[in-house]
Amino acid sequence: MPDRPHRVAVFVTCLVDQFAPSVARGTLQVLERVGLRAEVPGGQACCGQPLLNDGFPDQAARLARRWVETFEPFDAVVAPSGSCVATVREFYPRVLAGSPWEGRARAVAQRTYELSEFLVRVLGVEDVGARFPHRVALHASCHQLRSLGAADCARAVLRRVADLELVDLAHPEACCGFGGVFSVKFPEVSEAMLRDKLQDARSTTAEVLVSTDLGCLLHLAGGLNRQGVRLRCLHLAEVLGGS
Amino acid sequence: MSPSAVGFREASARAVLDPALREAIRRVTDNLAVRRVQVTAELPHFDVLRDRAKRIKEHTLANLDRYLEQLEAAVRARGGHVHWARDAEEAAACVVRICREAGARRVAKSKSMVTEEVELNRALREAGIEPVETDLGEFVVQISGDRPSHLIAPIIHKRREDVAELFRRHLGTPADAPVPVLTAAARAHLRQAFLQADVGITGANFLVAETGTVVLVENEGNARMVTSLPRVHVAVAGIEKVLPRLADLAVFLPLLVRSATGQRLSAYVSLLTGPRGPGERDGPDVFHLVLVDNGRSRVLADPELREALECVRCSACLNVCPVYERAGGHAYGSVYSGPIGAVLTPALTGGRGLVDLPFASSLCGACRDVCPLRIDIPRMLVALRARAGQTAEARWERRAARVAAWLLCRPRLYRWASVAARVLEPVVRRVPVGALRRWARGRDLPRLSPTPFHRAARR
Repeated sequence: MPDRPHRVAVFVTCLVDQFAPSVARGTLQVLERVGLRAEVPGGQACCGQPLLNDGFPDQAARLARRWVETFEPFDAVVAPSGSCVATVREFYPRVLAGSPWEGRARAVAQRTYELSEFLVRVLGVEDVGARFPHRVALHASCHQLRSLGAADCARAVLRRVADLELVDLAHPEACCGFGGVFSVKFPEVSEAMLRDKLQDARSTTAEVLVSTDLGCLLHLAGGLNRQGVRLRCLHLAEVLGGS
Repeated sequence: MSPSAVGFREASARAVLDPALREAIRRVTDNLAVRRVQVTAELPHFDVLRDRAKRIKEHTLANLDRYLEQLEAAVRARGGHVHWARDAEEAAACVVRICREAGARRVAKSKSMVTEEVELNRALREAGIEPVETDLGEFVVQISGDRPSHLIAPIIHKRREDVAELFRRHLGTPADAPVPVLTAAARAHLRQAFLQADVGITGANFLVAETGTVVLVENEGNARMVTSLPRVHVAVAGIEKVLPRLADLAVFLPLLVRSATGQRLSAYVSLLTGPRGPGERDGPDVFHLVLVDNGRSRVLADPELREALECVRCSACLNVCPVYERAGGHAYGSVYSGPIGAVLTPALTGGRGLVDLPFASSLCGACRDVCPLRIDIPRMLVALRARAGQTAEARWERRAARVAAWLLCRPRLYRWASVAARVLEPVVRRVPVGALRRWARGRDLPRLSPTPFHRAARR
């Protein structure tokens, strides 16, 4: 396990900033509860993933350079998003390849973590002292699951939340159909994937659908609202941050 | 590769409305995917095999010219003929010429994706030669004038009743014939095709440079018939199929078969080295190997896409792909469908399908996880998207991306834009346009929080 970092930064992510500030507050609360006073560096915005996945790596590289500059002074960077962390780790070295930025990006990417991954794999903490008296199903986002290989971290911290009952989805590994640009280029296929995901969640006894990625959650909630189904969608940080 | 009549959007949207199609696909792919998991899990060294296979492929592709020359020499030394085809037309013309020189009227074919790629059947028919597909699935594709929609299960999109109706019309079986009756009818029909064929045409799962061996993996025994009954055997293969040594099959056979059908080994594995030799009882009088480039050299020279040439066409990526499962293989408008098809089609053709196929993925990464060669399909899809971003069709998106990046790099502007977005939100919600409209057709638009986090944090 890496050394306990001194200076920790939180990368809020653009979606959380714009749509769900409570996720950022939850993240800060969780970190505070495990004894870390994290900073939120000013001037941060977006990791660039949407631009990259839309086919504009040069524009994504501009955001990548800015991101590296913003976060490289810190010992560790924590983000409430498996997807954004996967972008930093997998794609920054590629979009910045061949420039001095590549090495800097690799260095900071090595100490950038998704929240539950940071708790479990860096701090060795599963129990963050949270309480959440509800039945919860976890939708591990694809990036959390496959790019970071850290779906088990999210599951581990949820298991230790007091009074929380974890219910299993039949297909926890199935994509919700969001995929950024995919969901608007091919809405019919995306919606078909979403319907199946929601059907899976609805056929459990879960009251709350939890994920480590706000992109998935906004997609899931958008579908649930349209169907008129009362199943709450919450980010992991909101569950852990609440007490 | 025949061009697609409609783009992926329209074709996939139509497929989504067909629950029977979805069910037919899912039944097969789920079954294949489950069996793949079982038989790969029982091999403790499966991941070691994957790593070794990766190294062998990387090495072979890096030295492809050398191994192809070695292969050619080995085939010639065993009395076979080797032909090089630059593109689809040359490949098809070459096979037609071989058939003509052999005086062939009828040819029997076993399953081969590369002959689909070069549209060999069309060329043969135009030359007055009748090709008969002898793989059961491909036979159904042929008599229904259809196209395969899966790498190894070509009629995955058809229901049993569809096949029964086809056989009733073509083979005279009863309309309510059970599956064993249907397969028996096909068997009797195809037996004649084997016996009457002057030339047998196959693909190749692997080519061994060291020995000049063509390796065929199959379950129906038809490839073995096709390579042993007709006087002439023509194997058609992409140049990327070559492996250096016979011993490499010990790595690749278990990887391919376990990843493809979830079997431990296929019912038949044929290793064919040249024509029938003196004193040998089986095999053709004449053997031809047609090596097809058709875009592969270009892919080989492309550092971002070269990895696609490592594909062994096992279809494991199709069987776990949520998009393939719902869109179906035909939506990809190419013989190569699913995640690897979305890479191969634009890569091999130098750009066909570039504007939609690379986007036909949520980038969930399931394909990369199951690929026996660990081919990083999401990475290549993103690389292809970058090329799509340079096309004229994407000029407005390109401008929008430049503006977005400019804005997101300027904190003060970003803060102002956040305020502006909240002012405009009610209007946009009432009349969503563009991407927002396509989101909103089946999903409620998310609501901006009244105050963005950065503003609360600054206070």
